Amino acid sequence: MPEAVVFVAFLEASVRLGVPLALAAMGETITERSGVINIGLEGSLIAGALGGALGAMALDGPGGGLLIGAAAGAFVAFTFAAFAIGLGTDQIITGTAITLGGLGFTGAIYQARFGTTGAVLSVPTLAPAPIPVLSEIPVVGTALFAQAPTAYLAYVLAPALWYFLYRTAWGLELRAVGEDPDAADAAGVRVRWTRFWATILGGTMAGIAGAHLVLAHAGTFAENMSAGRGFIAIAVVVLGRWNPVWVLLAAFFFGAANALQFQGQALGLDLPYQLFLAFPYVLTLAALGLGVGRTRAPAALALEWPKRER
Amino acid sequence: MRRLSLAWTAAAAVLLTLALAAGSLWLGGFNPLSAGAAMMRGAFGSSSAILSITMVRAVPLILTGLAVALAFRAGVWNIGAEGQLYAGAVAAVWVGLIGGDLPWFVLVPLVLTSAGVAGALWSAIPALMRVRLGVGEVITTILMNFVGIYLAAFMVVGPLQEARGVFNQTDPIADAARLPLLVEGTRLHLGFLLAVMLGVGMWATLRWTRIGFEIRAVGAAPGAARVAGMISPDRVVLISFLASGAIAGLAGGVEVAGVTFALYEGLSPGWGYTAIAVALLGGLHPIAVIGTGLLFGALEGGAAEMQRAAGIPSSWVTAVEALVILSVLAVDQVRRRQRA
Repeated sequence: MPEAVVFVAFLEASVRLGVPLALAAMGETITERSGVINIGLEGSLIAGALGGALGAMALDGPGGGLLIGAAAGAFVAFTFAAFAIGLGTDQIITGTAITLGGLGFTGAIYQARFGTTGAVLSVPTLAPAPIPVLSEIPVVGTALFAQAPTAYLAYVLAPALWYFLYRTAWGLELRAVGEDPDAADAAGVRVRWTRFWATILGGTMAGIAGAHLVLAHAGTFAENMSAGRGFIAIAVVVLGRWNPVWVLLAAFFFGAANALQFQGQALGLDLPYQLFLAFPYVLTLAALGLGVGRTRAPAALALEWPKRER
Repeated sequence: MRRLSLAWTAAAAVLLTLALAAGSLWLGGFNPLSAGAAMMRGAFGSSSAILSITMVRAVPLILTGLAVALAFRAGVWNIGAEGQLYAGAVAAVWVGLIGGDLPWFVLVPLVLTSAGVAGALWSAIPALMRVRLGVGEVITTILMNFVGIYLAAFMVVGPLQEARGVFNQTDPIADAARLPLLVEGTRLHLGFLLAVMLGVGMWATLRWTRIGFEIRAVGAAPGAARVAGMISPDRVVLISFLASGAIAGLAGGVEVAGVTFALYEGLSPGWGYTAIAVALLGGLHPIAVIGTGLLFGALEGGAAEMQRAAGIPSSWVTAVEALVILSVLAVDQVRRRQRA
């Protein structure tokens, strides 16, 4: 019986830790389908975390935190888009700068406001909202359906984004822009506009993911608390083959890898804590190397459009 | 002509950065002028500030900056200098701990060589994944950074933890493993000279040797290089990737052997990422990278005084580094448009 309890706790933690990855990665999926790779996702995530903390405290509720977190993530993505799409700067270098800027500015704002001692904030948290009936299914019920509302957002968005990408005219235009911007342009699609809003959407979802870290997980903000989840999310997009439904599943898989660090001891794996921390990254590398999800990336990914003479 | 435009770009980017940085301080309710004064005092206020703070801080920045510049020149997106630096630091500490019986003229080169080899091995994983498996190096090098950071964190609580077992750090390395000082009575060590020599050497290699030409050719146009038939782009990518990793690893070894004499968690405050700003502001030119490395050394060196005297949060320096990269990108784009 205790093993079963540990297993349920492990599943629950896998989903809880997978949700921010899922939200950020599904957003990045839309962004990448338009031909933009946003390495600055980490910046949107950490901005969403700080926005979530400040918003929830100022507006006295987790709902306000989600809203401000989403807006902060969108703002960071807007900065990225203004450079990479507006000015046509290199997407990789711009994204790296945006990540550095996100980490630096959030750290500075936090220090300026709450001091350098790493004060623990009392942020109103997002309580789990069990869904009646569904949450009473044995084992998977509590793991999947007694989560924070942000988890349900991820469940709903996966099929919704899939439908959008493959069954609507907008989705077709978006994919066309990511595969062959010249042809899309000739067909009358506004290439840069499409890439712009796809990037903002991705940043918004990363912002919600960051807010989730604070509101549903940590209950406070800490500098660098995004801990590379933005980068893992980008790897999750590759593993999920740029398909929102597969991306959701890949994110939960990585949530499970992450949950091992908390549940590993209880599951009888007696290894140093630091090795558990490294595990999700090693697993991602191995998965990329073994060609899990080795389908073709959008053909125009990371390429500037319109092309300019260098 | 080209060098002049490079200097112009850098100057314009510095001015833009200064304006944005001052603006962000002003928005945060700080006085940009007193912040700037405190930074200048901390970085250049005395001969010991220049020699023991700014120039010492510049060493890992120049080295990782050179690592990034070399990779970017070859069209290799090595974002992994941070992890390669940690791999080098772990190797250097390990050799420096067990090699105490050796004379310094053997041990010091051994420590630095093992740091370089470890960095190269760390970069070999993403390098081979790109060349053999076609997996892009941006994500893999970033992932390797986290693995390297946690590897070092594991080492200092596990196999390499100090004998007392109290703190999460290693014992200090043997005296014979430490770099000699360049100026007696300061903290300026041999690593600075090594970094400058490496910069000059890299410049000469890129300019005058066959492999240097191949790196520039592959970086500029990999397709053309292959079609021209004289170069195997994969081989050039592999060589420059490993060399870049070796230099970043050396940065870790030099820091351990020259400054900290031990390994602990958080040894690097993100030099591997700052290196991207250092390399870009220097236009990926090895000699210029020495200069921008010194500039960033002053920025990081002055940050402590800025926090003490003007209350500026230390994380703000990271934000300024981001502003540097964005300013370089913006100025570069504007110039390109004017030419077109």
